[in-house]
Amino acid sequence: MLDLKKYNSVGEALRDALETWPTEVCLIESDRGEEKQRLTYRNFKDKALPLAKSLQDLAIGPGDRVAIIMTNQSKWLISAYAIFFCGATLVPLDFKLKPEEQWQLLKHSGAKVLITEYGIWRQLSGSPARSAAANVKTVLATEAPEGADLAGAERWENVKGANPPSFVPQKRQDIACIVYSSGTGGTPKGCMMTHENYLEQCIALTSLYPFWPGVRYLSILPTNHAIDFMVGFFGPFTCGAAVVHLRTLRPEYVREAFPKYEITYVSLVPLVLKNLQKGLQARFDALPDSKRKALDAIRSINRALTKDRPRPWLSRKLLGEVHAGFGGNLEAIIVGGAFTEPQVLQFFYDLGIPVANGYGLTEAGTAVTVNDLKPFRADTVGKPLPGMEVQIRNSDNDGIGEVTVRSKTVMAGYLNEPELTAETIVDGWLRTGDMGRFDSTGHLQLFGRKKNMIVTEEGKNVYAEDVEQAFEGLRVKEFCVFAANFIWPQRSMLQEKLLLVIHLEHGQAFTSELKSEISARNAWLANYKRVHGLVIYQEDFPLTASLKIKRAELAHRLSALDREQSILPI
Amino acid sequence: MCMRTIEQTTQEILELATRQFQVPAGSLGADDDFYKKLGIDSLQALEMLSRLENHFHIELPDYEVQGVSDFKTLAQRIQARL
Repeated sequence: MLDLKKYNSVGEALRDALETWPTEVCLIESDRGEEKQRLTYRNFKDKALPLAKSLQDLAIGPGDRVAIIMTNQSKWLISAYAIFFCGATLVPLDFKLKPEEQWQLLKHSGAKVLITEYGIWRQLSGSPARSAAANVKTVLATEAPEGADLAGAERWENVKGANPPSFVPQKRQDIACIVYSSGTGGTPKGCMMTHENYLEQCIALTSLYPFWPGVRYLSILPTNHAIDFMVGFFGPFTCGAAVVHLRTLRPEYVREAFPKYEITYVSLVPLVLKNLQKGLQARFDALPDSKRKALDAIRSINRALTKDRPRPWLSRKLLGEVHAGFGGNLEAIIVGGAFTEPQVLQFFYDLGIPVANGYGLTEAGTAVTVNDLKPFRADTVGKPLPGMEVQIRNSDNDGIGEVTVRSKTVMAGYLNEPELTAETIVDGWLRTGDMGRFDSTGHLQLFGRKKNMIVTEEGKNVYAEDVEQAFEGLRVKEFCVFAANFIWPQRSMLQEKLLLVIHLEHGQAFTSELKSEISARNAWLANYKRVHGLVIYQEDFPLTASLKIKRAELAHRLSALDREQSILPI
Repeated sequence: MCMRTIEQTTQEILELATRQFQVPAGSLGADDDFYKKLGIDSLQALEMLSRLENHFHIELPDYEVQGVSDFKTLAQRIQARL
């Protein structure tokens, strides 16, 4: 791998990577089981530099922001490199957001150029919200069919500057990316990530989970997500490894990709991992009795033999059939984005497939702790990565307090939100809002959140305030959205859900019409953002002098209610 | 040339979902949120899409179905590709 300590920017490191491994494969792209493209590092460079030149012809340089809204594919990474080459700031946005949400973030980010796919552009360009983001002057759309109406965009494939571009150096503290950790509907939280953040995170992560030429990483999590950006782009590229993209993420194609491309690593969210477990367990249960008993015995043997550390070679020998289904080369499954149940982690570990679980957040530069597997501890989220200082603040009698982090990987702050930044990073320490404690061996254990938000099993952060927009104008006296665990702390990161709390007008009845209206408004939200219960509160909400709801105080008052009895289904 | 009407497409989707997730016949409606009504997660929804693609002999790109959660909108997206 490259010695990242000597680089000042993501672009500089990537530029060296392309020169270091010109003939190694860096990208494989497959669609519905058919391989569409295979690029070496040299091919990658040849595709990226003309785009970089055309961005420079558009006067894009340091301080400018260029957004990408694309599914996981080669042109995502090629475009990102071109942006870094110009010294500009990348704004990776989630292609799964609704067009109006994407325009909102495009406006907030101040992006001058948007790079997207034609299919996504079709939806974006037709949205009335487009007019709000006048800052987006140029749109480059990939893969537009011949004769298609580009609605003001230019074809990505045709944009080629004539002369070689000039590489624009950046300093370590310059902003490499603005990554939105949440905020559509409320205050957009654009995490300003520096080049140093990425360089240091990559050094830390690859010290535990190394890449090398020949490694194949299957990219499933969206590349705009901090995890995939690191382990599905920057990490493998700075080690000469390859990334495999599937244009259609249907379970059957994902299953097929493991053996076909001899995948070494994959990152998944807990929901997918759980489904994988369910599928495997169903197959084990369907085995004839004698075979199932034999398998159980082998799993127990494997568990005993890997008690101290993983022994991949031995596990593959013992559980060859299971490993063959994963291609036979899988070193580890990286799970992230949300908390994973210990029993799920243990299930895979007993099969000889280590799951690298950890704890992190975008604001901290992805991962803060990672399970080093020496030994595997399913009940924890691992130990702090090298370079991470983690302290538990204001702990209670059980040693549980707020997790705070200081590291070179912590973001520079939230874009355009100095107050929020000052509340979040205090004296150089990032206040995560997550509650945890260290056990006697230095492993971090998590016990819920201090903040009014949830993280779904699909790795989506949902802040309660961001959901309230959907209920604006609801015919009640007042309402508020809470994470249930914010009101009634559970000391758990599981089963998190949002609740709508309403206070009816004096004499107003909770009618079936009102219930239907709440359901209809809830259905308008993306499925992961929906509230899962309703609480009817009988008293006035506590308000500030400027008539804003005092959320913490209201939550405190609500906590006096019985949780189970108060929550009505929606 | 599409030979099906949007009503027919919707009906075929509802029937396929009824069979796949073994819910009582006639219990699904066009406006229903399939995540909620079928109690499925996003992965199961992807499996349903695979079946629908096979049934209608079409390919639905992932971005086309992002954010879609009711049968009616799903039918419209499928109809546009028939």
